[in-house]
Amino acid sequence: MAVVLILVLLVVGSLLFHVLSPWWWTPIASNWTYIDSTLVVTFWITGVVFVAVVLFMAYCVFRFRHKPGNKAAYEPENRRLEMLLASGTAVGVAAMLAPGLVVWNQFVTVPDEASPLEVVAQQWLWSFRLPGVDGKLGRADTRDITSENPLGLNRNDAAGLDDVIVEGGELHLPVGKPVRVLLRSVDVVHDFYVPEFRAKMDVIPGMVTYFWFTPTRTGTFDILCAELCGVGHPQMRGTVVVEEAADYQIWLDQQQTFNQLLASGEQQPVN
Amino acid sequence: MVEIPSGSAGAVPAAEVEDVELYHPKSWWTKYVFSQDAKIIAVQYSLTAISIGLVALVLSWLMRLQLAFPGYFAFIDANHYYQFITMHGMIMVIYLLTALFLGGFGNYLIPLMLGARDMVFPYANMLSYWIYLLAVLILVAGFFVPGGPTGAGWTLYPPQAVLSGTPGGSDWGILLMLFSLIVFIIGFTMGGLNYVVTVLQGRARGMTLMRMPLTVWGIFTATVMALLAFPALFVACVMMLFDRLLGTSFFMPAIVEMGEQLQHGGGSPILFQHLFWFFGHPEVYIVALPAFGIVSDLISTHARKNIFGYRMMVWAIVVIGALSFIVWAHHMYVSGMNPAFGFFFATTTLIIAVPTAIKVYNWVLTLWRGDIHLTLPMLFALAFIVTFVNGGLTGLFLGNVVVDVPLSDTLFVVAHFHMVMGVAPILVIFGAIYHWYPKVTGRMLDDFLGHIHFWITFLGTYAIFFPMHYLGLLGMPRRYHELGDTVFVPPSANTLNVFITVMALVVGAAQIVFLFNLVWSLFKGRQAGGNPWRATTLEWQTPQTPPAHGNWGRDLPVVYRWAYDYSVPGSAEDFIPQTQPPSGGLTREVVA
Amino acid sequence: MNVVLIFLALIGGVVIWWLAGQRLMSKPWLETGTAPPATDRQELPSEPAVKIGLFVFLGVVGALFSLSVSAYFMRMASADWWATPVPRLLWANTAVLVLSSGALEWAKREARHDRMESLPLALAAAFSLAVLFLIGQIQAWRELVSAGYVLADNPANSFFYMLTGLHGLHILGGLVVLGRTTVRVFAADVPRDRLRLSVDLSAIYSHFMLAVWLLLFVLFAGWANDFIDLCRQLIS
Repeated sequence: MAVVLILVLLVVGSLLFHVLSPWWWTPIASNWTYIDSTLVVTFWITGVVFVAVVLFMAYCVFRFRHKPGNKAAYEPENRRLEMLLASGTAVGVAAMLAPGLVVWNQFVTVPDEASPLEVVAQQWLWSFRLPGVDGKLGRADTRDITSENPLGLNRNDAAGLDDVIVEGGELHLPVGKPVRVLLRSVDVVHDFYVPEFRAKMDVIPGMVTYFWFTPTRTGTFDILCAELCGVGHPQMRGTVVVEEAADYQIWLDQQQTFNQLLASGEQQPVN
Repeated sequence: MVEIPSGSAGAVPAAEVEDVELYHPKSWWTKYVFSQDAKIIAVQYSLTAISIGLVALVLSWLMRLQLAFPGYFAFIDANHYYQFITMHGMIMVIYLLTALFLGGFGNYLIPLMLGARDMVFPYANMLSYWIYLLAVLILVAGFFVPGGPTGAGWTLYPPQAVLSGTPGGSDWGILLMLFSLIVFIIGFTMGGLNYVVTVLQGRARGMTLMRMPLTVWGIFTATVMALLAFPALFVACVMMLFDRLLGTSFFMPAIVEMGEQLQHGGGSPILFQHLFWFFGHPEVYIVALPAFGIVSDLISTHARKNIFGYRMMVWAIVVIGALSFIVWAHHMYVSGMNPAFGFFFATTTLIIAVPTAIKVYNWVLTLWRGDIHLTLPMLFALAFIVTFVNGGLTGLFLGNVVVDVPLSDTLFVVAHFHMVMGVAPILVIFGAIYHWYPKVTGRMLDDFLGHIHFWITFLGTYAIFFPMHYLGLLGMPRRYHELGDTVFVPPSANTLNVFITVMALVVGAAQIVFLFNLVWSLFKGRQAGGNPWRATTLEWQTPQTPPAHGNWGRDLPVVYRWAYDYSVPGSAEDFIPQTQPPSGGLTREVVA
Repeated sequence: MNVVLIFLALIGGVVIWWLAGQRLMSKPWLETGTAPPATDRQELPSEPAVKIGLFVFLGVVGALFSLSVSAYFMRMASADWWATPVPRLLWANTAVLVLSSGALEWAKREARHDRMESLPLALAAAFSLAVLFLIGQIQAWRELVSAGYVLADNPANSFFYMLTGLHGLHILGGLVVLGRTTVRVFAADVPRDRLRLSVDLSAIYSHFMLAVWLLLFVLFAGWANDFIDLCRQLIS
């Protein structure tokens, strides 16, 4: 009997924890509310199944626990029941999968108007690169990295000279503008993770990965690394500030372009 | 090529035969140490796996202490923390669970449940254990070399696994880990060939596939999967060794490490991830399928009722085994691979939920209208169902590609896989040990101690991992030595972390009760008799308990019925052994 | 990962074929009785366990090589890949390996027909040809190295050395067993049926490793790519 009671308490306790606990996701700050909705749908479907299965099991234990003289029923199988349960499950699974795939399609389809933003990860630092007035990012290669050219931009590519480089500092983004995030790593696998944006993506050395999102509210958010990248993994932090377009422009104007960076690098030996 | 000794070729005769010379070890050494008896090898495997598992348990304590009280224990610095998580994960997944289910339970149960005298290649079987032991020793050696064991995480993703920013990356740690895995795979292959061929060739007369207990089905399918999946890990390990030792660039792209250009170039870290998860996902089912099989038999025996929908259970095992080879990339949704793959792998992953759910329904429906004896194996089986259902359902979050995006690499994932492939299979292992210990030793495990062990383990692990999902939902990333200050995690989450750590310490301590019980009952336990659970399967019908080398005395058993004739209408007893012919009357006396 | 999926599909086909004969649709609870159903193995002349074991092992080896080849194709897609030239010696080595396999096939026939007098010669020939193959492979490595194609220079080189090395190790393993068999032929006291089985197994193994080598050779020579391109064109 203790077993039955504890099983029931376990279900009730889990539900209460779910409803009452203060631990829930942080308020969203991007366009990916669909992800949250799919997650909620999944919670409902799986929650119902969990409660049903465990309570049914508790009932079975209560009703059919051994008493002297009892004998179990003999029933090798019941095809109709099994097919019924299997198709019910299939429907439930489809109900979770279908919205998931629809949202995934949006997730991987970058809108044309999204402006590029490059995130460069290294042990254990985030750097960023924004296109200059030409709206294009210049070519870059890990092989071209030197101490004066920390992101490895190609000096011969005119498109790159006006690129804005933010090395290890704060990233600012204008609210309401879709961003195509291009991710590049110079050493190991990292993962660009801002919990409020929901979206995240690994940063793989040797290739450029991407995702997109639209910041939907202003604020200051943490950037974390979500893929183990060595002992400094937890310290690999950054900050992203989402602000109104005017404020963003002020910030942008203060940043260094690649050209300026090169010029200052050439001056240094003279000094 | 596996060495096949002359003594073993066709050594196990098919039917009634004279006792064979092979089955009489000459000395204490060949009887208990270099034994070719699958039952001894099984015990050797189990004890080694449990011992190394205890190391992993202690490591998990240290990790939890650090997470709950960051900075309080000075010796758990970031280096050590990452070494602990890596060794904990690798030991638990490979050296404990895989070895215990296949090497331990597989060796003990396959020959006995099929009515064979032994595995078909006893010599290779013995080698398999000693090579496994060697692999474990190489693994443990990591703790004693300069730089310590690798801290690359159990996934060993390059490039970080072989770079100096990771503990052991530029020292011995990663090398020992890769060597150990390679040795393990070689040893496992020898054992695995045995398990498969024994099922194919060693069955007693009348033991058709559809009369096999689900335990054997589970272990058999898992072994076939392991034989096909482990080569992926083998290739990945060899290639990484080349990269690390010989300067090749299989997985190593152009890298600037700490401001310095490395010689590598052009390699693909994603390639490693594909190889790793091509092994890694089937590995989940390599652990889960034996657990599925064993728990089916525990439920059926202790509910005195045939397993509901036996055929469906068999098909589900086979289908799950096959499907698990085409879902691997669901571990890589946010890895930057071609996003189109997401559609395919999310679909296949969620399809697996259907046969898995059928298995859960059939376990619960076996309880329905049963005669449920709440013995310890049954309690563990019930706990398994609760845990597994919980962990399986959260798998639907992570398998559904877009829901995985926010949750991947958070504690939600940690909670999920601990529930579904950590705690759930371990509960089955405990249930199975309580169930078969009487056969192995001839004595029952103590019931009172067992209940203490059960309740603390079941409720404790639930209390550890259920709330942990919510930390993940908060966005708390996994593999963080310390979280530090963040905007999105409220301070109250720390309280929850402390609670989880306390529960982890309690659950760990409860295992001492279990170990004590194992030893104490060996000497003081109640005498069990040959068939204490009144079970139908062949291992309970041996002439001696514990069974002698060769298992069956002079005559091999003959099988007349399936493994689940419980509570058959019209029969006096509520079970009919598989060896009982339809006319009635046992073919052999069951020696109590 | 296409190559390994194709390989798995083949394995899956074998498994399905085998399971199809195991009456998986039967209702075992209705089949209580003495007479084991017709497909039960006692009713059929069964293969020796070692032979089945060897086939399962070859499945594992097949998985190993198809995974390596999958990795080869995936790595090949990157820009820094320059194909390694195939040393002409490999043609000779291939011929030697074919001859070695042929000698074992001959040995197998001799053993099957109980002609024990020529068996030692056949086995010794197979053994020495396989050794010659290995020596040839090492020589090919040395030629490549002296021509400047070293291991770490280029992924194509790395794969070449790794795959030939893996294959060579498997040949070496086979040689150990073949050596034992050859020694046994000279020791008179071994029962004939056991000897026959040993020769049979060595032949199967050697044919399999020959097939693996031919596929690898096709891969190194670049014909595999041409073939794949051809397939692509046919599809599109």
